[in-house]
Amino acid sequence: MSAGIAGALVMETCFESGVSVQLQKLSKSFESAAGEELSALSEIDLRIEPGEFVAIVGPSGCGKSTLLSMIAGLERPSTGILRVDDEALTGPHPRAGVVFQSDYLLPWRTILGNVLLPIEIKGLDLNKYRSVADELLVQVGLSGFASKLPFELSGGMRQRAAICRAIIQRPGLLLMDEPFGALDALTREQMVSDLQALWMRLGNTVVFITHGIDEAIFLADRVIVLSPRPGRIDLEVKIDLPRPRKWADAHLHTQFHQAMVDIRDCFERRGILHAENLEQPAVQT
Amino acid sequence: MSLADGLKQAAFKMQPSKEELARSSRLRRRRRTVIFERAAAPVLGAILILIWELVARYSGISEFVLPQPSLILKRMIADCPLLLTHAAVTAIEVVGGFTLAVVVGVAIALTIFYSRLLEVALYPILIAFQTIPKIALAPLIVLYFGYGWGPKLFLSFFISFFAVMVATVVAFKSIDRGYADLARSMGASELQIFTKIRLPAALPAIFGSMKVALTLAVIGAVLGEYVASERGLGYIQLQANSNFDTTLNFAAVISIAVLGVGLYLLLLAAERALMTGRRPSR
Ligand SMILES: Nc1ncnc2c1ncn2[C@@H]1O[C@H](COP(=O)(O)OP(=O)(O)OP(=O)(O)O)[C@@H](O)[C@H]1O
Ligand SMILES: [Mg+2]
Repeated sequence: MSAGIAGALVMETCFESGVSVQLQKLSKSFESAAGEELSALSEIDLRIEPGEFVAIVGPSGCGKSTLLSMIAGLERPSTGILRVDDEALTGPHPRAGVVFQSDYLLPWRTILGNVLLPIEIKGLDLNKYRSVADELLVQVGLSGFASKLPFELSGGMRQRAAICRAIIQRPGLLLMDEPFGALDALTREQMVSDLQALWMRLGNTVVFITHGIDEAIFLADRVIVLSPRPGRIDLEVKIDLPRPRKWADAHLHTQFHQAMVDIRDCFERRGILHAENLEQPAVQT
Repeated sequence: MSLADGLKQAAFKMQPSKEELARSSRLRRRRRTVIFERAAAPVLGAILILIWELVARYSGISEFVLPQPSLILKRMIADCPLLLTHAAVTAIEVVGGFTLAVVVGVAIALTIFYSRLLEVALYPILIAFQTIPKIALAPLIVLYFGYGWGPKLFLSFFISFFAVMVATVVAFKSIDRGYADLARSMGASELQIFTKIRLPAALPAIFGSMKVALTLAVIGAVLGEYVASERGLGYIQLQANSNFDTTLNFAAVISIAVLGVGLYLLLLAAERALMTGRRPSR
């Protein structure tokens, strides 16, 4: 199934590379209901290269989703500059696809109808994309579910459909907000390696938010660690393990292990993770 | 596997398995439940009418006070043309008032949903209007609209639009923001978000409120006829009252109820047609 997801997408325009994303001193603050200023993100400086896979980890509430919505053009930064493909972003980028934490499938549309929603909204040729959608659904293991309604699918199946919806147009920028958070471990592992295969085929830029440190290291070229709110970049870890990475093998690599240690150290320093107490209790004799 | 085992298994195969038996009996039970449910309302109705018939016939209450259902039915058949002509008038008033209520109710709901300013400006006034007993307006409405279609349409509309408006506003407001964000991330315009997401999401609630509104619209139209009219089932009732013709009065009341139920069924059919391919409720 792995290479298949990408194979299903129309490849008539031979190779469209990913887009670049540039954040300069990007900050975001909200006004709380009580009228106080609440700083969610503070002076994020980050340049994401075309075709790069960047994973962002950080404690809950540190502004990861906020960061993603800004890159998706759904939320305006309070201060700072945000460029996609070297142009200041003024709204959702036409080449971006978003996968949210919830699947947000429209409950009255069939799975196929949901996958085709972006095509319909952009007024493209539905007939041309129907076969693409069908093929994508087969590749993610949802053959036979195209005409089912979302409530007839499990959570993992629904999230897979949501991913098909986000990639049907081969986005140059794929934005994912904890897309596998609600999945069981096995499905998650499968989706993670499928995502790697997809990305290797498409060459698109991916910004991937997750709580799973191992998932981040496995997938990413670079892992960005955010500090607690207001989120700042606390640590950047480059991962240059050879690709395609295999789930079991990757974990054995010393580099994988080192990245894991560094990131966990970072969390421990911030008091988000507590140092594991490995001392044996004294044995009474 | 021994021969005996094989035979035992073969014999086992011939008979329906425990699961099969359980399934068929479950099916039978479900079918029976469905039949019972279908029959419940007609049977209860028939029992009530029977009691009414017996009481009216044997308790010595005069026909002038409580006519027997059988007499009312006879009267309805005899006066069928009269009742039908007037029912048609009432039906037009109800459908007109109801349609106005849905169109205006949804339109006001939209302006309230999309404009915070209009919301704070309009809502208190609309609620104030809603607290006025509509019957108190009837004489004024005659003064303004005369004796034609006007007052009936207006009362029918006025009494029923609030239900549609409130339910629609609530339905629009309760849609998860994520859906709109999703559509926006695909480059959808606000109009597209409305047609592809908000409206279909709110549709079940809107239909629910339309059911309430329809029954209210019937009340409004008949109310209008009581106040000022030369036509309609309400007018027939007034006529029957002044002629001490209680049987005709009852015949008109029943015609109103039948009209209401008929329109309600039409609305249900429209709902079902628009909601095909959705998750069945319940
Ligand atoms: N619309 C909003 N109005 C006010 N405050 C908000 C809004 N959206 C987010 N916040 C605040 O900004 C902070 C960051 O929120 P965000 O959703 O980006 O966190 P997150 O890192 O994605 O958390 P999680 O990992 O739990 O999803 C939080 O403290 C949150 O309360
Ligand atoms: Mg989040």
